[in-house]
Formats: sequence, C-alpha cells, structure tokens
Amino acid sequence: MKLRVDKKYMPIVATIAVAVLLYCMIGFIYPKFFSLRVFVNFFRDNAFLGVIAVGMTLVIITGGIDLSVGSMIAFVGVFCAYLMEKTKLNPLLVFVLALSAGSLIGFLMGALIHFFKAPPFIVTLAGMFFCRGVANMISLESIPIYNPTFNAIMRFGIPLRHFIMVPTTVLIFLAVMLVFLYIAHFTRFGRDVYAIGGSPQSALLMGLRIGRTKLLVYTLSGFLSALGGIVYILNVPAGNSLAGVGTELDAIACVVIGGTLLTGGVGYLAGTFVGVLIQAIIKTFLTFSSLSSWWTEIAIGVLIMIFILLQRSFSQLSVLSRAHAQVKLRKPGGAETGGA
Amino acid sequence: MPEADPILSMRRISKSFPGVHALDKVDFALQRGEVRALMGENGAGKSTLIKVMTGVEERDEGRIFLDGREIDPHSPHEAQELGISTVYQEVNLIPTLTVAENIFLGRQPTSMGSLDWKKMNSSAVAALDRLNLELNVKRLLSDYSLAVQQMVAIARAVDVSAKMLILDEPTSSLSVEEVEQLFAVMRMLKAEGLGIVFVTHFLDQVFDISDTITVLRGGQLVGNFVTASTTRVQLIATMMGKELKELERGPARVASPDAPGAESLIEIKGLARKGSIEPFDLRLNKGEVLGLAGLLGAGRTEIANLLFGIDKAEQGNVSIEGEETNISSPRKAIAEGFALCPEDRKSAGIIGDLSIRENIFLALQASKGWFRLISRKTQQEIAERYITMLSISTPDADKKIKELSGGNQQKAIVARWLALHPRFLILDEPTRGIDVGAKMEIQNLILSLSREGISILFISSELSEVVRCSQRVAVLRDHVKIGEMSGDQIDESAIMHYIAEGAR
Repeated sequence: MKLRVDKKYMPIVATIAVAVLLYCMIGFIYPKFFSLRVFVNFFRDNAFLGVIAVGMTLVIITGGIDLSVGSMIAFVGVFCAYLMEKTKLNPLLVFVLALSAGSLIGFLMGALIHFFKAPPFIVTLAGMFFCRGVANMISLESIPIYNPTFNAIMRFGIPLRHFIMVPTTVLIFLAVMLVFLYIAHFTRFGRDVYAIGGSPQSALLMGLRIGRTKLLVYTLSGFLSALGGIVYILNVPAGNSLAGVGTELDAIACVVIGGTLLTGGVGYLAGTFVGVLIQAIIKTFLTFSSLSSWWTEIAIGVLIMIFILLQRSFSQLSVLSRAHAQVKLRKPGGAETGGA
Repeated sequence: MPEADPILSMRRISKSFPGVHALDKVDFALQRGEVRALMGENGAGKSTLIKVMTGVEERDEGRIFLDGREIDPHSPHEAQELGISTVYQEVNLIPTLTVAENIFLGRQPTSMGSLDWKKMNSSAVAALDRLNLELNVKRLLSDYSLAVQQMVAIARAVDVSAKMLILDEPTSSLSVEEVEQLFAVMRMLKAEGLGIVFVTHFLDQVFDISDTITVLRGGQLVGNFVTASTTRVQLIATMMGKELKELERGPARVASPDAPGAESLIEIKGLARKGSIEPFDLRLNKGEVLGLAGLLGAGRTEIANLLFGIDKAEQGNVSIEGEETNISSPRKAIAEGFALCPEDRKSAGIIGDLSIRENIFLALQASKGWFRLISRKTQQEIAERYITMLSISTPDADKKIKELSGGNQQKAIVARWLALHPRFLILDEPTRGIDVGAKMEIQNLILSLSREGISILFISSELSEVVRCSQRVAVLRDHVKIGEMSGDQIDESAIMHYIAEGAR
C-alpha cells in the first residue's frame, strides 16, 4: 500500500502527468489523435530537437548553457548539403566530417569556458553567431539534397504496420537517449556531471576532474547538436542556413519542463524525453485544430512558468522536511576512553 | 603521552607569505589514538599548518613524516591517498546527490565498466556503520541536518586507508546535541587507533574531547599541553601571549552597579538566536563605551549583527530610551540612529574603487533616499570635515579608498557613519590589521566620540584595547554572555580569568 513517490522524483512525475493529461484531453477532442501514425509522427517531427535536448540536459546539469545548438543545425545542414551536392563526397564520410566539426566547435567552447573562466552564456552566444555565419558563408540559398545514398538512408525505416514505419531519425533519437541514460547514471563521468553542477567547489575538493568533465560535456553537446543537424536534414532534405532558428530555446524549454534545474546539479534525461513529447503533443494539436502557430509558443511559455513554480515549491518543501530524515546513532560499545 | 612512534611528525615547518611569517619553525606531532586540539587566535597559523599538512600550501622549509616515512604531499588528493584525511568547516559535499554517492564519488565501485549502485549503497551502509551511524543512504544529502552531513563527510574521509583525520572547525555551526553526536564518532575513531587533529576555538569542547593541545601564536609554536593537567587560564594565557604570573591575581569580581546619573539608551532583555548567541541581557548608557570581550567565535560579532538587524533575534526584546523597538533590518537600525562598522572592512565595508568622498557620504545619501541628491559641494564639505576631524592622511578626498592604508580606510568607514550623526555606534574589530600608531588613533577617536555623547559597542580581540577604552565590559564565552565588569574591576587578567572560569 505504498504509493509514496520519493520527492526527488516529484518534478519528473509531474511532467509525465502533464504529458498524459494533455494527450488524453486532446485525444478526447480529436479521436484520430490516438492513432499510431500520429504517435510515430510525434517522434519523427521532433527527433532532431530530442537529440539536441539530450546534450543540452547534460550542459544544464553542470550549471552551464549551450546557445549554439540551433545555429549548429543550420551549419551542419548546409555543410552536408554542400559537400554531398557540390563536391559529391560520400554521405557517410560527410556525416563523419560534420560530427567532427560539431564536436570540435563544442570542444573549443568548453575550453574557453573552462580555461578562461568565461561565462557559458557568452561563449556559446559567440558560437551561435559563428555557426550561423559560417552557414551563410557556405551558401545563402537552400541546397536541396538528391544524393541517392542519402535518400536511401532517409527512406529506411522499421515498418510497424502498413504504411507506418519508424524512420532512421527516430531510431537515432531513441539510441541517443538510451546511450546517454546509461552514461548519466552508470558511469563516473555521468555522476561527475551531476556533482559539478551540485557544487563546483566541493567537486574540486573531492578530487573530481572538473576540467575534463566540462570539456567533455560541451564536446558532447557539440557532437549531439551536429547529429541533430543531420537528423534535421534527414527529415527535410535540404541544407538551409535559416534552419533551426530558436531551436536552442526549444531545447532549453524541453529540459526545463523535464524537471532539470537551470542552477545545475539536478535533472533527468528521462524528464527531457517527456519534455520533448509535451512539445510534440502541443505542436501536433495545433496542426489538428486550426489555431495559429503562436499558440504553441504561448502554451509552452505558460507550461514553463507552471513548471518553474512547481519546482520552486518542491525545493521549498524539501527544505522544510530536512532534518526530519531519520538518523540512528548507536552508543559506542565500550569505546569510550577518557582524556590522557 | 609517550613520544615514541607518532603517526605524523612535522619538523621545523616554515612558511611565509608576502610580508607575513605565517609559520616559523613549527614542530608538530600526532600520536595514534590521540585527539590533539590545535588552538590559537586569528592569524596564529593554524590554518596554514593544516594547509601544509594537506598539501594545499607548499612549505618553505621543514620535513613531514607519516608513519616514519618522509612525505611531500602537493594536493589534498595526494594527502588523502597517503592517509591524511580532512573534513572542513563548510561541508564540502554535493547536497543534490545521495548520501551513498557522496561517500563514494570519484571512486565508485564498478562491475564490468558500469557503476554498481547496489554495491555502492551497501558499502556506504558499511562505512557509516563503522561510525555507528544508520542512515538511508539512498536519500539526498540535503535531507539531513548539517551535523549528519558533517559525519557523512567524515565517513568519506575515513576510508580504509586513513591514518589520521583533520577536523577543521567542524563544530562552528552545530548545536549542542549535534556536537555530542560528532564527539561520539570521534571517540570511536580514536579507539580504533586513528589520530585526530581537532581545530576549534571552543574552550569547553577542547577540554571535553582532546587528549593533548598544541597552541600556536603569531606563527610560532608556543606550547604543547596534556589536557588533563592543564587549566583554562594557562591555556588562554598561552594563546594570548600573557605571562601566567601576570594573571595570578585572583579571579574576577562581579560588576558593581553603575555610576549614578547614567542615562540608559539601549536596554536588551533575553535577546537570543539559535546557533549564534544564547539569551543575554545588556544595557548601554548614553555616551558610554561598552567593550565586548571573549575569544574568537565567542559570539561578539553575533551580538553586533543582532543589534543592527542583520540577523533577526528569535526571542527577547530591545528597548531604546525605554520604548520597545523591533530592529528587523539594518535600514530600521539606521533609522534609529545606529551605525555599524563591520568586522571585515574589505568585503563588508569599503567600496574600493570609489573615492574617499563617495565612501564617506554613501550612508548619508542612502538615508536621505536616492532622489534627493546631496550636492557635490556639500559632499566635498562633509568629506573634508571628517578627513580633518579623524586626521585621515590623504592628499585629497577624491583618491580611491583602496589606495589608503588599512587604518585610514577604517577611519573613512567610521566617518561614513559619523556623517549620519548616530547615537549608537558598533565597532567590530576596528583595529584589526592596522599598525600600532593607527590603533592608538582609533582608540582615541573612540574615547572622544563617547565624550560627545555617542554610545559605543566596542568589539576587539585585543584585551588591552578593550580595557583601555571601555567603561564597562561584557564577557562572552562559547556564545553565552557570562558576566560583566565595570570601572576599576576591568583589567586584562580579570577578564581572562573570567573567560576561563567565570560562572555561566
């Protein structure tokens, strides 16, 4: 008869509850909403956002932020399209190059943040402008992708039912999610990420390798946003330097709605997963109804505010319940020896 | 204590920082199964010695032996590997992770490359069990009280390889019961043969738990004592650098009633705040200098903070000229004509990049509100008046205040508050870190201000100063006001005796 949820999981439970509630409510209005196709599309349309939000979650748990991810989509898209279409390079090689470029940019930003103690907000803001600029430099016009190998990858998918399949992009998103869930909870690196965000000073005194961890986190975020860029063009097969404007903010919204604290130290990738789903549900609802798209933004804005208020009240509650945690101190058996 | 076979022995350790000889050929030894208290007033070199032990600071000279082997730790991590573990005053753990993770972070057990949570949790239970402590290790560290967090830090520090444990002022934020819990754990570890270095400024705790005491003063070793055969007076005299003979004049007498005709300004009844000061009564007359005496951490600054509304009192009341007043914020205090020169003038007092003039009129402007700007001319007049009055030595009022010497900075801060014409001035360690000449000037300033009718609460670690300036002295020990003396009764030895053995 125990249905008590540990309060450290409260934010994520709240997020799941909101997702289920939204899904059911909208499904009640539009019965087609419950179809398998719509469900798969939640993931297909938002796979790129999900991949990016995974990296963003890690960055935010360390207490940082990465604003460069949206521009990275544009950069990677144009970069890949250009190399595939203008220089006819093999798509797989192109992907490797794009992922390396993304990782390198992430690594450089991490290095600036760690070695020069530059604030992440500013460093990644610079990265954001840099990536967008490079994308524009490569091509101002959208470059459509016709490469046959690329098209084959794009069309690949695991069929679920007639005409419904799970495309490559969704498989990539799910794989990334699983790999990083493991990294976050079952490796020392993952736990160091949490420790650094929880208390940088203590982490240092506990002998954790702060520099290495931070560099790796920003490198991973660079890698994942490049991967997000690839997923993006696999959905919309063209390199466009205007792609992904504002995606960094969508990603941050997913992370925050998923219960991760912007102050660092607390957060769950599983929460981010649900956060992405909530955004997907709201967006899909708006295409079902004939409401204009700014309602998405209004809805997400309201949701973020609600979640932040919820989180504040949870953390207040946990302060109140502190010291009520039970401690037992046994009497030392005969260990008592007086002074000298 | 037999001198043979110490765990740690440090020989002729010296360390200097620019302009300061922090440690001067200090010897230090720690035996197995011994709790050694390390004592000394501010700047005695305690923390430098600890930092050298734990590899945070490099020594200039001297050798360190651990278990007979010479060692040379360069980082806390290295020291820990060698078996020297440290628990700091602030709990240096991660509040947002579980108890078990905090014990094992950085060295978690793994199986086939991934973290073994089951094993980690059970090992954490075992590690706490060694301290006779039973917690739910899966709960967040922040769910537990500071004392428990402190013990989790000890559990982390004392793994199998630990030979000695350094506790750097672990009790400063703990309640009485929590201190008892901590001491129980210390006794247990001691019984297991661990050596413990215990840094504290609480006298009672030293006599409670320690076997031996090492006292530093001004970077030098001034005494090693066996606690059981040492008196408090002896210890205090050593810490303060007074000859014991000077003190052999009998215990302090109780305060006499005040001089007739004294008009009271502030009357405090049973004011208290948990963890900072036990309930105390205090009265301050108009134009009187009341000294607060006590060792570092005895609760002097805490009283100042309560009176100025920085900390809120949890019980008791304050009356000003017979009227009960609730001082809930520094703003309220200033409105009542209070002023406070804080203990740490670097971080809480001066604004280094502003000029002397700006630093002086800051409080005056704040009290008028920011919309009624004080004219530049008036500012200049005020600044110049106080520069002359307090003889602040500076070429002009527009020099940046950080370019002044410590003593002159202090005077500028006093000037800031005098510009408000306060009736009650709190001076917390106004003479710390300034040279002897400047000290005399500040003392004279205190006396002349009191003659002008300003009541002053004067806090200083230097007893001679307190004795010289105060008409009455309140004596504090371990967050309790233990007594008061006035007039002729006030002398250094009497105060020291009082701190050592006066009634609670």
